[in-house]
Amino acid sequence: MKILVPCKRVPNPEQKLKFAGESLDLANPGWQVNPFDEYAVEAALRLTEKGKGGERAGEVVLVTIAPKDAGQQVRGLLAMGADRALLIDGKDEELDSNAVAQILKGVVEAEKPDLVVMGKQTVDGDDNQVGQLLAGYLGWPQATFLASLSLAADGKSVLTTREVDAGVEEKRVPVPAVLTVDLRIISKKAVHNEALVGPDAEWDEGPRYASLKGIMAAKKKEIKEVTVASFSVSPEVLVKTVSHVAPPARRAGVKVSSVEELVQKLHNEAKVL
Amino acid sequence: MSIVVYLETSDVAVRSASLPALTAARALAQHRGGPIVGVVIGSGLDAAAKDAARYVDKVLAYDAPELRAPLAETYAPVLVAALKAAGADALVASATSTGKDVLPRTAALLGAGMASDISSVEGAAKFKRPTYAGNAVTTVEVTSPTVIVSARQTAFEAAAPLATVGGVELQPAGTVDARGAAFVALHASKSERPDLTEASIVVSGGRGMKSGENFKVLEELTDLLGGALGASRAAADAGMVPNDLQVGQTGKVVAPKLYIAVAISGAIQHLAGMKGSKTIVAINKDAEAPIFQVADYGLVGDWEKVVPAMIEEVKKLKA
Repeated sequence: MKILVPCKRVPNPEQKLKFAGESLDLANPGWQVNPFDEYAVEAALRLTEKGKGGERAGEVVLVTIAPKDAGQQVRGLLAMGADRALLIDGKDEELDSNAVAQILKGVVEAEKPDLVVMGKQTVDGDDNQVGQLLAGYLGWPQATFLASLSLAADGKSVLTTREVDAGVEEKRVPVPAVLTVDLRIISKKAVHNEALVGPDAEWDEGPRYASLKGIMAAKKKEIKEVTVASFSVSPEVLVKTVSHVAPPARRAGVKVSSVEELVQKLHNEAKVL
Repeated sequence: MSIVVYLETSDVAVRSASLPALTAARALAQHRGGPIVGVVIGSGLDAAAKDAARYVDKVLAYDAPELRAPLAETYAPVLVAALKAAGADALVASATSTGKDVLPRTAALLGAGMASDISSVEGAAKFKRPTYAGNAVTTVEVTSPTVIVSARQTAFEAAAPLATVGGVELQPAGTVDARGAAFVALHASKSERPDLTEASIVVSGGRGMKSGENFKVLEELTDLLGGALGASRAAADAGMVPNDLQVGQTGKVVAPKLYIAVAISGAIQHLAGMKGSKTIVAINKDAEAPIFQVADYGLVGDWEKVVPAMIEEVKKLKA
């Protein structure tokens, strides 16, 4: 089983955003891996191992499109246990979801993975498009926003669940497919490869931390620097970013001193009760 | 050129979740002109297509047994066919779990640019949308000839029916190829309460509730107010409530007229899902909790005392 995991670095989401006129001021972004992509790496690792810290059966290949200094974030994912990485030279401000999906199509055609597993969205652009676009361009089936996934013992299909507005939806897709993952994929029993583990297999909650051994091993793992031109694609940007501004501030609220006062204010002032 | 709106349907009607997309399409028509054509997809659509025709001049219905379940693999090609049949160069749908799944795939098939989760229409191809978990508002412009947008449900009013009822045209579904994908089941969540994304009052509990058992008192307040129950990611992660109650960047985006946050600290991810609420009440024993920064009314106190007292006060008010 070969799994391709596209990933992206994002400004630290806990940090307050700064604006410079109608642009973002990303002087000190505190780059880190997009959380959903980290979940995708965790899911891909679980699909290729026999259990907690057990032996591996498969390959997890990372791909990111970013300036060279993003190698630092990629190295962290290799330390979690991914096998190797491709670093494609590119800048956020010169890309959109469509261009990224078209570049990834080139990567998929060159690497020929069995599955693409990726985060459902990045927490900067919040676009939630690339996985679906990629599946569309490849003509592959897709299963998005996954809460759980189980690879059949014969390796030919994946049974997935996702939370939809009306409840939980189950969908089966054949391999190869594009899978995008949501938060629940990192819960203890969310991921199975039936050929490697039984249905009761479980992992620690959350994406794993890199062990010291993992960090040492990652230093020797390959991060191959490539250019977009080395893939037979011509990415097109179809959505242009015009400006970024801060959202309108909410007017300052008041503190009330009692439940009685609160309910009266909701009734008489806000008129919502 | 016309504008196609994809309308999700139940067995008998257009889903209310799709009505904001109609409002967004009407706003887009102000800039682009052209009639708005509704598209419904499914199996046994007679009643639902008729209901859809109350909102638009024309409805295209793609009705086939193999289209019963919303699979992106089968619905995206249908939407491509619908745009062609309608002579449309714009496609609008609500950013529901189906819309978010199907629309980008449709964009790839058309080679069209898509603006996700828009909060306003600024021009013929220009839109505003929240980014960075709602901490920035980004204006984007789609540069391809065909424009695709998904509309944030809470940012647009539900559209009202038109004075006249439009016509329904049954369209051939063509060859339906699911690419091997199969819908297995929908495990519907059952609740007597209004839908979280549509309720006018939402009461949410956070990590500070400590246990699922303690949510009972929030349920009592919720039902007294006729609202929906929500929760923070921390509460859902801790297993206090089902995941589908989670409000936030991951989870549901809500914008009720009254949002009551109980024992929720106010992480950025949570705020992203409820900041659009008209009136926000925060109840938290930690006076420094970030939730107070977005609250219209803050009450520093322990939920164990505050919530039962609030139930009594509301009962008095309703008496």
